[in-house]
Amino acid sequence: MNTTMKEGFDLAMMKGLKKWRLFSLLAALTIFLSGCGEEYLSTLTPAGQVGRDQYNLLLLSSAIMALVILVVVIIYVLALVKFRRSKVGENVIPKQVEGSHTLEIIWTVIPIILLLILAVPTVAYTYKHADVAGMSEVNEEGNKTAVTVNVTAKLYWWEFEYPDLGIVTAQELVVPTNEKVYFNLKAADVKHSFWIPTAGGKMDTNVENVNQFYLEFDKESAGLKDGVFYGKCAELCGPSHALMDFKVKTLDRKDFDAWVESAKSTEHVAQGDLATQGEEIFNTSCIACHATSAAGTAGSMGPNLGTFGDRNRVAGFMDHDKENLKAWINDPQSYKPGNVMPQPEAINNGDKFSEEQLDALAEYLMGLSVEK
Amino acid sequence: MSSIAKKKGFGASVWDYLTTVDHKKIAILYLAAGGLFFVIGGIEAMLIRIQLAKPDNDFVSAGLFNEIITMHGTTMIFLAAMPILFGFMNAVMPLQIGARDVAFPFLNALGFWLFLFGGIFLNLSWFMGGAPDAGWTSYASLSLASPGHGIDFYALGLQISGAGTYIGGINFLVTIINMRAPGMTYMRMPLMTWTTFVASALILFAFPPLTIGLFFLILDRMFGANFFDHTMGGNTIIWEHLFWIFGHPEVYILILPAFGIFSEIFALFSRKRLFGYSSMVFATVLIGFLGFMVWAHHMFTVGLGPTANAIFAVATMAIAVPTGMKIFNWLLTIWGGSIKVTVPMLYALGFIPSFVAGGVTGVMQAAAPLDYQLHDSYFIVAHFHYVIVGGVVLAILAALHLYWPLMFNQMLSEKLGKWTFWFFFIGFHMTFFIQHFLGLMGMPRRVFTFRADQGWDLFNLISSIGAVFMAIGVIILVINIIITVAKNVPVGNDPWEDGRTLEWAIPQPVPFYNFKQTPLVRGLDTFWIEKQEGNKEGMTYAEPISDIHMPNNSFIPFVMTVGLFVAAFGALYNGEKTWAVPVLVLGLAITLLSMAVRSLKDDHGYHIHKEDLMNEKGGK
Repeated sequence: MNTTMKEGFDLAMMKGLKKWRLFSLLAALTIFLSGCGEEYLSTLTPAGQVGRDQYNLLLLSSAIMALVILVVVIIYVLALVKFRRSKVGENVIPKQVEGSHTLEIIWTVIPIILLLILAVPTVAYTYKHADVAGMSEVNEEGNKTAVTVNVTAKLYWWEFEYPDLGIVTAQELVVPTNEKVYFNLKAADVKHSFWIPTAGGKMDTNVENVNQFYLEFDKESAGLKDGVFYGKCAELCGPSHALMDFKVKTLDRKDFDAWVESAKSTEHVAQGDLATQGEEIFNTSCIACHATSAAGTAGSMGPNLGTFGDRNRVAGFMDHDKENLKAWINDPQSYKPGNVMPQPEAINNGDKFSEEQLDALAEYLMGLSVEK
Repeated sequence: MSSIAKKKGFGASVWDYLTTVDHKKIAILYLAAGGLFFVIGGIEAMLIRIQLAKPDNDFVSAGLFNEIITMHGTTMIFLAAMPILFGFMNAVMPLQIGARDVAFPFLNALGFWLFLFGGIFLNLSWFMGGAPDAGWTSYASLSLASPGHGIDFYALGLQISGAGTYIGGINFLVTIINMRAPGMTYMRMPLMTWTTFVASALILFAFPPLTIGLFFLILDRMFGANFFDHTMGGNTIIWEHLFWIFGHPEVYILILPAFGIFSEIFALFSRKRLFGYSSMVFATVLIGFLGFMVWAHHMFTVGLGPTANAIFAVATMAIAVPTGMKIFNWLLTIWGGSIKVTVPMLYALGFIPSFVAGGVTGVMQAAAPLDYQLHDSYFIVAHFHYVIVGGVVLAILAALHLYWPLMFNQMLSEKLGKWTFWFFFIGFHMTFFIQHFLGLMGMPRRVFTFRADQGWDLFNLISSIGAVFMAIGVIILVINIIITVAKNVPVGNDPWEDGRTLEWAIPQPVPFYNFKQTPLVRGLDTFWIEKQEGNKEGMTYAEPISDIHMPNNSFIPFVMTVGLFVAAFGALYNGEKTWAVPVLVLGLAITLLSMAVRSLKDDHGYHIHKEDLMNEKGGK
């Protein structure tokens, strides 16, 4: 019994939570983790307060857990080294120890303390990240002070409506930096989940209720590889779940206001013959589902194309060039199985679009820009 | 004619297994069927890893991929892990407590056939228009929208096999409460029995919510109800709650027996009493209890609000305490012992670091705000494979080696066993460790492909290579089993030489009535006590030799199950085929009729006479 008691106290010593040790562990972890992943996509390179809080919680919990693992591994390795039968002797019958109350208390109390250390910031952040009171704040003129975005998740694309600004867009979320941006989240068909890993954790878009949360972005996306942060659908929603990406463009407040003005006021005029021809085809075949002005409200069948020319991807996931656009228009089902965009035969008198028609459409659509 | 005489021949053997009510034979059936589903689920896993080995892969299509992941999860949980554990519980628990069989041998057989036919029904979906594709969680909005019959196969198949599990759970509970040998008090029961007991209690309370959820789903999809259709006043979140009120305890239904198996192994191969036995029992019960208090941690991102999330976060963290107690008790069991590294012990030693890693990531995810990032990413995929493969599957492989001599009176090759272990163990960590980082790097789970520009290529490739290692390990295991069965070298009882509990005291092969005389249990590790006191027989008896009452074999459980199997096809095609309703009625009629026969026809079993027992030296 005495030996186990002594072991117990050694154990208690090892578990002593020395602050310097925790900090050096944290520092090492930070360096190691930030080497992982792309800065436009990784949760390990947070680009806003919410993401950073969650990242800090990751570091804290990892450090505590690393400590636990360390203790277990030390006892485990020592036991394996010291008490192999080859060491102990083939015919030795070890002492049949029943247990130790002291040890039981130690390994009950210390984990409880460690968990309390983790529980405090957990509960604090849970409330902090759910606080959407700022959503309804108004200034002296009665205008909302914060930007609110109504996100509607649809098979397999994202609609972003700015109800206070009178604009709507799709697939590419544009938000101001260094302020809280509030989100109302809902799904139009089946459940999806809205996730911008660099900005913060996800929130589900349920079919029957609106979920609310906020995110902050403290970095302009212009310097990133594609000039955007990546967003993902995180809830299995059907065959093309993996392709239900969106992008996030962050602008400083001045640029954001300018973008809003431009989006609201731009009247798209087709430039050149080819584009004009494309506009005509669009107006016969596509306009029933796709609006081409960003000024408006949510609820259209297909993504709003008012800012299509400024976007980063075709159909949310293909490189933004005319070839991909043409391929997509002529066979959306093969690229994104299960999506609800009609095949060309259904909207073009039973035929695929001809090469000329596609060229014209692509020319027209790529010209739908509010930024140029 | 002797009452022990047996028929021989292949046909007779098949009939014997179709009608058996012997817990040892049912254990073999569970093991064989569960093993088959384990291989099927493993092949599905390999397909997943092949598809994700490189970016923009088109090895399988998007829709097919979703079917594969759904069937992989469902098969591994419901049709592989649980039945195999049920097999070991059946094989070991009655012997450990000194019982001649479980309390309800007839129900034991019924439970097995229900599981098997449910599993077969579910897998028939592959050949009958497509497998379920909404994930093993089958969240309601997606499962209602899913075209074809895949989800119908899921709901009906799980309903049938779930009934089998439920019956099995009740049976184990009653057995442990009522059929312990004299002297086998609760606090002398081996941990394998204790964990069977607590896991069965969890089944008792956890399966009804699943049953209700599945019935709602069946009614919604096949009979025009609207429980989950929000446009008709239904609510999809209800499914999530029902599923996870079942789903979280389900995790403990799997892991507790694994804990039991490892508790046996650590004590046996350290030649030392389990350290802190009473706190181990306490921890087991506490984990079982807390397991019902934490389901909403699967739903942190659903939008339940900060108060619910905070409460469930803290409750979840609390589970780490009893789990940690167990880990330290195991460590202190081997501490000061005499450790012999056999294959089962190798798995147990591999389990400690693997499961601790899985446990700590569980605590990380309990921190709700952090979970907003980790949820539905590859981090969670890594986490639950660490606990389920690193905990449950390692336990199953350990138990396979440990209990093979008990079940078959043969020893699996230790050499091949070690090869399996190292391939599987290294492959396992290679496959899943790196997935934690994929999740942190923003990769969502359940994606059928990924683009090359996201920094995930290398880690996914490494993960897929790891999966190949695991597959090689399993193939070696299959070879090991074939060789062992072919050689068929009998090993006798107590093959590990340091057996501590009652099951190792019984002569091999275990007689079909288990104990000629009911043993008297004189303490924890009763076989060890007898051996230490020089008792050659290994048992003290509580009664003189007398007639033994045995149940008759019965074909009724099989027929009863076939009825439900037929009825399921009727339900599946309801409203689509004209024959659907008649088939549904016919199937239910078969089941109800066989139930009536069972109730009305008295079956008193038979007796093995004292004189026959005196002549008997053991044998099947």
